[in-house]
This record gives sequence, C-alpha cells and structure tokens, in this order.
Amino acid sequence: MSLQLEPTAEEIHAERLYADIGVKDHEYERIVQLMGRKPNYTEIGLFSVLWSEHCSYKHSKPLLKQFPSTAPHVLQGPGEGAGVVDIGDGQAVVFKVESHNHPSAVEPYQGAATGVGGILRDVFSMGARPIALLNSLRFGPLTTPRMRYLFEEVVAGISGYGNCVGVPTVGGEIQFDDTYDGNPLVNAMCIGLIDQNDLQKGIAAGVGNTVMYVGAATGRDGIHGATFASEELNEDSADKRPSVQVGDPFTEKRVLEACLEVAKSDALVGIQDMGAAGLTSSAAEMASKAGTGIAMNLDLVPQRETGMTPYEMMLSESQERMLLVVEKGKETEIEVICEKWDLETAAIGTVKEDMRLTLTFHGDVVADVPVTALTDEAPVYDVPSEEPADFREHQQRPVWQPQSSDYNETLLQLLSQPTIANKEWVYDQYDHMVQTNTVVMPGSDAAVLRIRGTEKALATSMDGNSRYIALDPKEGGKIAIAEAARNIICSGAQPLALTDCLNYGSPEEPSIYWQMEQSTAGMSEACRTFDTPVVSGNVSLYNETNGEAIYPTPVVGMVGLVEQLDHVTTQPFKQAGDVIYIIGEAEPAWGGSELQLVEDGKISGQVPTMDLELEQARQQQVLAAIRAGLVQSAHDIAEGGLAVALAECVMGTELGADVSMKDDVAELFAETQSRYVISVAVEDAEAFEQAIPAARCYGTVTDEKVLRMKTTEGQKLIEQPTDELHHVWKGAIPCFLKSKA
Amino acid sequence: MKAAVIVFPGSNCDTDMSYALSDFTDAETVDLVPYTAESVAEYDAIFLPGGFSYGDYLRSGAIARFAPVMQSVIAEAEQGKTVLGICNGFQILLEAGLLPGAMKRNKDLKYICRTVDVKVENADTRFSGEYEKGETLRIPIAHGEGNYECDGQTYETLKKNNRIVFTYEADVNGSTGQIAGITNEAGNVLGMMPHPERAMETLLGSEDGRRLFTSVYRHWRDTHVVTT
Repeated sequence: MSLQLEPTAEEIHAERLYADIGVKDHEYERIVQLMGRKPNYTEIGLFSVLWSEHCSYKHSKPLLKQFPSTAPHVLQGPGEGAGVVDIGDGQAVVFKVESHNHPSAVEPYQGAATGVGGILRDVFSMGARPIALLNSLRFGPLTTPRMRYLFEEVVAGISGYGNCVGVPTVGGEIQFDDTYDGNPLVNAMCIGLIDQNDLQKGIAAGVGNTVMYVGAATGRDGIHGATFASEELNEDSADKRPSVQVGDPFTEKRVLEACLEVAKSDALVGIQDMGAAGLTSSAAEMASKAGTGIAMNLDLVPQRETGMTPYEMMLSESQERMLLVVEKGKETEIEVICEKWDLETAAIGTVKEDMRLTLTFHGDVVADVPVTALTDEAPVYDVPSEEPADFREHQQRPVWQPQSSDYNETLLQLLSQPTIANKEWVYDQYDHMVQTNTVVMPGSDAAVLRIRGTEKALATSMDGNSRYIALDPKEGGKIAIAEAARNIICSGAQPLALTDCLNYGSPEEPSIYWQMEQSTAGMSEACRTFDTPVVSGNVSLYNETNGEAIYPTPVVGMVGLVEQLDHVTTQPFKQAGDVIYIIGEAEPAWGGSELQLVEDGKISGQVPTMDLELEQARQQQVLAAIRAGLVQSAHDIAEGGLAVALAECVMGTELGADVSMKDDVAELFAETQSRYVISVAVEDAEAFEQAIPAARCYGTVTDEKVLRMKTTEGQKLIEQPTDELHHVWKGAIPCFLKSKA
Repeated sequence: MKAAVIVFPGSNCDTDMSYALSDFTDAETVDLVPYTAESVAEYDAIFLPGGFSYGDYLRSGAIARFAPVMQSVIAEAEQGKTVLGICNGFQILLEAGLLPGAMKRNKDLKYICRTVDVKVENADTRFSGEYEKGETLRIPIAHGEGNYECDGQTYETLKKNNRIVFTYEADVNGSTGQIAGITNEAGNVLGMMPHPERAMETLLGSEDGRRLFTSVYRHWRDTHVVTT
C-alpha cells in the first residue's frame, strides 16, 4: 500500500491549505518565522492542533490568569493533568473537568463515552486512583425526537464507559434550554485520591531517557479532534463524525490499573495521557515542561491500521493511550507491569537535549520543530470586547411580575420542568455505588464519598445556571461559584477548591468575549471570597450552531471536605415535629428564574443579586451549626424558589410540612440567593436560633404526607399531598421520553 | 477459612468483595487471585466478583469462562467447594455451565443501579443460613444484563428443589419468576445479581448483605472446625 500523496510545503503555502485545518494566515506566517522555513504537511499538522483553542487557550489565557489558583492547601494548580488539593493525613484529591461538546453533538454515545475516558486518564496519569465521576449536561428541550436521541445516547455513553471502568458516577446536573438545541454540552469531571508521595507529573526529563508508548494501538480515529472542537458547528458538522474517537472502557480499565502500578515504580520519570491532539500534545508538552527535546521513530508506534502517515499518527486521537518517560535501562520494569495487564508497550523515542521535536519515519526525518514554537510560542490573542446592547436593555427593564395566581398549579408545573424534575431516569443508569464509598447518592445537593480508613469524607457537586449568566454575566458568574459552595456546605463540608469548564460561543465575537470577561471576573471574585482556588479546568469555545451561540455556560465542579462522617447532612426532612427554618429574605428579582421561563417561554430583566460577603458569612454559620450537631436536614433554595425547595425536602419521604409566610409570590418562587431550608430537632431549636440569628421559623415537619404553605393569616397558598408532588416530579422526564411527537 | 476473590481483566467489584470478607467475617485469608492462576484448590471458598470481565463486549461472562483459572474453579465446584458469583460472577457461572439458565438484557434495555427489596426464599443454604425465610433485604443491584431466563422445566426444577434462594420483590429487570439468585443442585454454588458486598454498612445505606458472608463463614466453621 502506497502512502497517500501529501502536499508539499510550497503547495501548503501557495494554496493556503493550512486554512483548511484551522490555521489563520497570520498564524501561518508566524510559524514560518519560528521555523525559519515553510512547514511541511506533518509539521503544519502539529501546529494546527497545538495552536488550536482547545490546546493553546489562545483566546482565553488572559481570562484564566485572573482566577486565584494558589492557597496553602493547593499542591498543584492548573498546568498538569489535573489539580491537586491537600486533604490532610498525607493524602490529596486530584480533580478536573473536561468538555466533550462537539463530539457529543455529532456522535452522542461515543462523544460522551470518550469524554469520560479522557478525564479519567487526566486523573490517573497523576498517579491517583479515580474514585468518582460527575457530569454536567445541557440539552435543548426534550420536545424533539433528535434531542431525546441526543439525551438518551449521551447518558448511555457515560453509563457504558464509567460503569465498565468501575468508577462510580456520583453526581452532576442537567439543564434543558432552547439555547442548547443545536449544541448540547457534555462536561465530565473526575476525582481521584492519592498519597501525596505518589504524585506524578507529565515531564520528559533526563536526556537519554526512553519515551514509551503504552495502551491501545493508534488508528485513524479522532484526527483533528482538537481542531474540530475549536470550530463552530454547522450543517456539515455531521461530516466530522470521523473526528470523533471510539472508546474502549475495557482497555481503559487495564491502562488505569497498569498506570497506578507504574506510578509506584522508580523507573517512571513522567507520564501523560495522549488526549486532545494525541501523540503531538503529550510529546510536545512533556518536553516543554522539562525544557528538553524528544526524538521519536514513528515506525515503532503501535498501529491498528496499515499505511498510516506520520501526519495521521501524530494527530490521531485514538483513546486509551499513555506516553511515558522511563529511566534509561529500566524499560523492562514497565514492560513487565504492562504485560501483566495485557497491554502493548513500545519504546518509540528518546529524550534529547536539543529542545526539538524530531520525528523519523521510514528512515527520513519527517518533522523537526522547536518544542517551544509548538507550545510556549502559541499565539495569545487580546480580543476586542464589547458590551452587547441587550445587556443594558435588560438592566433597564421594569421589574418583571409573575402572573401566577394558582400557586398549586404553578408548583406542579415547576416540578415537571425537566431542569427541576427528578433525574433518577439518568442516574439509575450510572453505577454510583461501585468501590463502596458513596455515602450520599445522586439526588441530594452534593454527593458524599467517605475516605476509607479515616473519619473524613469528600463532598462534591457541579453547578452553573447559565440563564443568570446570559442576562448578567458578572453576577451570574458569582452565583455559579456561590451555588456550588452552598451545595457543598449543605452536605456538611468545607469547600476546598474547584475546577471549571468554560463553555462559550466564538471568542472572536466581541459581545461573546465580553461575556467571557465579565463572567470569569465574577467567578474570580467569588473564588477569592470563599477561598476556593481554581486548580484545573477546560475551555470550550465556538459552541455555536449556524452562527447562533449558546448562553455563556461556565460550569463549576467543586470539592469539599467533611471533617467527621457524622457531619454528613442531606436535604430530605428526617422526622415529624422538627422545626423548619428559612435563612434569607425573598426578593422579587425574577430574571432568569424558572418561573419566568415557564410563564414567558424566555428570560429577561435583572437576575437575583449576589452579596458575596453575606453569602460567605451564611455559609460558615450553616456549616458551624451542622458541625455542632444542630441540623437535621439542609437544602439550598435554588431553581423554583422556596416552594420547590420544600417539595424537594418532603418528596420520597413519609413526611409533610406545615409552613406559613407572607402572602407574596416572591416568598414562594423567587430564586433569591444565599438562602436555605433547614430542619432542626425541637430540643436544638434554641441553640440553632442563637447560632444563626437570621434564621426564621416557618413551621414544622409533619407526619401527614402533605405540603401545606399558608399565609400568616391562615389563608391557603399551596396544599399538595407529598405523593402527588413526588409523582409529578419523578414522572416528568420518563414522560417526555415516551412521547412520540 | 481461606477465601479467593478471582480478578478477571475487567472485574471491578473485586476489592469491594475482598473488604466484605476481610472486614466483616473471620476469614483467616482473603486473597485477590488473578485470572491466570492455575489452581484455586488451596482455598475453602471461591468468590467471583462483579464487573465487566473482558469488557463484556460479547455476552456477559462469555469470554471469562475461558479464563485459565476457570478450569480449577469448575473442578473445585464439582467437588463441593463453596463458589459464589455476584453479578458478573453469576453471569460467568451461567456461561461456565455451573448454574442453569442465561442472562438477557434488562427488560427496559437499560443499565439499572438502585437499591431494591430482595426476598429470602430459602434460608437453608450455606449462603443464607443467617437469614430468615421470607425476610426482605435491602440490597443494591447494578447491571445491564440481569434478566434471568430459563425454560419452564428448569424453572419448575429450581422451584421444587428450593434452589431459588433470592427473588426480587418487584419485577425490576424481567427475570423469570423474579429470580435474583439460585444455587446448583448440590447447593454449593450460588449465583446472584444483587450486590450484598455493597450492603455491608448502614453508612452506605444498608447492612443486609453482611449475613450472606457470615453465613458462608459459619458454614465453613461448622463443617471444618472441631470444637472441643
């Protein structure tokens, strides 16, 4: 079989062939300047992927710099496979979130599955055992067959991969909105646990050391995946299906076990996942971090197809592959471990002093590029930003007024919104118990995992309400962080740090860049207030279909520490007679609320404000009360307001609630921030009121299975049997999926 | 009691099973035994854990039955040694012919992970001696292919000989007779889809699985330890 004919360096220049693989004219000129000559086909391929937004963050770097990323408890911030945070006793948590939006839009099962596979490798390449997966998903309304197909297949892909590897999927969140109709979002997060002594890094140190390839053979799948991820979607995107990789969780499981053994070996110098941009990025980044070069002989790369060109091998994103740097002479140690797991290994190269990436193939040098040109010299763009006209317009609108008068009906309507409805249909398909550490299963504010052999536990949650951010990116950015922290607090943990996935439209559009600037500024401010640094993350831009961008959707994955297992708290009410307290006053700000969406079918106006100092103070008060043993249940008031929050506290229990309040629709449904529903045993009520003076008693938990909300004058506002609420809430998503229309 | 937990490539409940045995029974040894082992004759009880052996890309368990260790597992089972397969372990025992019937995909064609009510149908086995007949246990299931299928005659035989040890209280996956666990004719081999090793601590939701492992241990002690 003969090699396909590749264009020459001259042809690439003359015919602007670089543009087809996402390289801009001025970027091409810069590449020629850096290399001192015109790049050949393989070389321009290397640049095209490493200089893509996905790998280089060329449009987002200045924004990422504003995030706080250090703290005494942060052992590793952004820059490695995943962030690392100290949790005491010589242990650390390792975590990161990654997007797989574009692949999932065209091939939902494999797109979502390989998203899970990639984030697992980011974590175990650090030497940490993955102990939990989460995901944050965004879809259009489930009213079209196509969207139901995408939703079902994404969930099946996550389930198929995560379950097989044996890492529990313990939590996540899903929102449905028109804005994601053409461009669903699939963000996957992984948390690992490690003894700090075992931490590994992705560096190619030690001139003369051996570069080893471990795992699945390289095929032609996923070529230009990173470039594809950095483009807008359009009607031709289905043709990009070959850019989507195919996952093999069985191999992943073996690679995982082998890597964790390898990590304990003295022979290992550095290790990195061949993720986005495959062999290219892992080799270039490891060399760049060590200030070395790498020479590789591509004839030695394990291949599962015949006739692959250097270009294809370097750009393939075949899954379940790792690149290792191994001390010269100790290769056998690694080979023995991999053989035990029935994995292919190959010594494919050597660490060099020359700081160049040199590739040979069939005896010829096919690429010879300075490593820094590929990585450090990648362009960084200072992009113009411009406040969009509709922002002012929303700010200046008169306050929106709900029309709702039948509150019973409104509550049932809210509970059946897919964003609020019970997600059991989803998480039942995820093995959330394997490894037997899951203390709080999916469905509460945060998932909780005990740390075996200690009295501690980890709490984790993912959040990011893009509706607020769409109307007011700065305030919405603050809310995203605050809500994640609040969910961690409600579970009895202190928030430690977070990872973020920044999903936006095209940064080349000034109004979208403005959204990015404003929302990340709001997020940074909140991170500083809560002392929760951003230790890792991912940027996914160009989430647009036919020129229409998604709402700005930064997603936050937070991790917190439960000091004592008996601090673990969940949202359902626990026993009749307990006193129900509400912390925080409702205010009539409806912009981006679930009620506004239900009534108007769109969002408008001003979002709830976020007072970070107040938020922080309340969080710490609530956590202190939980630690003092005063709290039976805790739940934050979020989408759908107090009525929905109270319903969530009774549904699935044998209990009800009797509460009274002002006759005000905001009291029932407003999404005012920094608010909680907390139930307290009668004997602890006095101590609780002293601990949190702002807490107001609203009523009691009852053993009659009815949720009753009335005015202080005794007039009925809402009265619904717990079972009826539960029925509506639980049935909503399965009902959508059964509809054939 | 010396216990072996077999680790197939793709097993992922092996450590959970090992914790269940070492933390909650008095077993003197609990070893993770690789699929390549030639013999498990030195062990008193053999446990096949859950997971996705060989990825389960074919029928679940269809490849694992050919793993080198299985010859010895089958030989030990035929000699009356205790063999317990949970979830993927059950599927492997079916494929290996140690138990009758087969697994189909769940009736809803979806993976299910959920804690369900499991009824003890027979408390007179070495696996269920510490339960009460008729008792309802809270035990998690986590499987995509747990829809147990057998022909009418097999089902009648299983029923008549009290070989149905556990049933689901509700029809969760379409299994014939809502079967959750069965033994072989001799009663020394049990296969079950629910995961008792995930129900060992109230902290994690239920400790109803404990007595399955203590039953196995007690049976071994009663038959092997001479009390003076």
